[in-house]
Amino acid sequence: MKAYLTRRYWFSASHRLHSEQMSDTENKLVYGKCNNPHGHGHNYAVEVTVAGHVDSRTGMICNLVDLDDFVERNILQRFGHENLNTLPEFKGVVPTTENLCVKIYEILQQDFQHADVEKVRIEETMLNSFAYAGGRETRE
Amino acid sequence: MVFLTRKAEFSASHYYHNPEFTPEENQRIFGKCNNPNGHGHNYTLEVTVKGQVDPRSGFVVDLKELKETMNREVIDALDHRFLNKEVPEFAEAIPTTENLAISIWERLKPKLKLAELHRIRVYETPDLFVDYYGEA
Repeated sequence: MKAYLTRRYWFSASHRLHSEQMSDTENKLVYGKCNNPHGHGHNYAVEVTVAGHVDSRTGMICNLVDLDDFVERNILQRFGHENLNTLPEFKGVVPTTENLCVKIYEILQQDFQHADVEKVRIEETMLNSFAYAGGRETRE
Repeated sequence: MVFLTRKAEFSASHYYHNPEFTPEENQRIFGKCNNPNGHGHNYTLEVTVKGQVDPRSGFVVDLKELKETMNREVIDALDHRFLNKEVPEFAEAIPTTENLAISIWERLKPKLKLAELHRIRVYETPDLFVDYYGEA
């Protein structure tokens, strides 16, 4: 039987929204306060959803320890307490939460071996959230 | 089509153990959850049903009836229970959140007359939940 398991994680990071393809005036107009050259930060909540058949021997889609270890090593340590603009992942890419969501989905999709990655959803604040399922329609 | 979600809470204890595994395997796979004395959680259940809005009542489902069914079929059976010892399906199946979601689906599905069951979501903690849509 196929089920979907979602785990929530947290990390804090700073960023500045600024596109090299726009003039300074345009950047200010498009990004407003988020264009402040000194950057600003968020506590990001990341929800990772994996999908799979429930193993009848373990009752699990995948072992949570494997998921937690992977996310800790490849996502929380990589992005936590960093300035996202300085990371190679965001060289030439504006570190919006849309782009962060796609990046985190791709890291999981590429290297997490223990279950299928269904969706990544990120809450940038309590009022904004973003979800990416590799281009598929996401279930609410 | 309109979707309606009703929440409920229950508290229960469980432990994870497969008698076909050696003690070492059980410990390696299930870790702390393998403690035979059990441990507990405050679970939150979300039941989502779907249907057309009845033009006379304005309802997708009679919430009172849904609440009563959830209480009778699920909460009364699981709340303040040791799942492994007191809930028949967990005499064999391991009471993981995955299996709880499937079990709750199977308990509710045949009892819902008016609305169609869409999703069972079970939160084991605020940071961990499982969704089941009745997929084989």
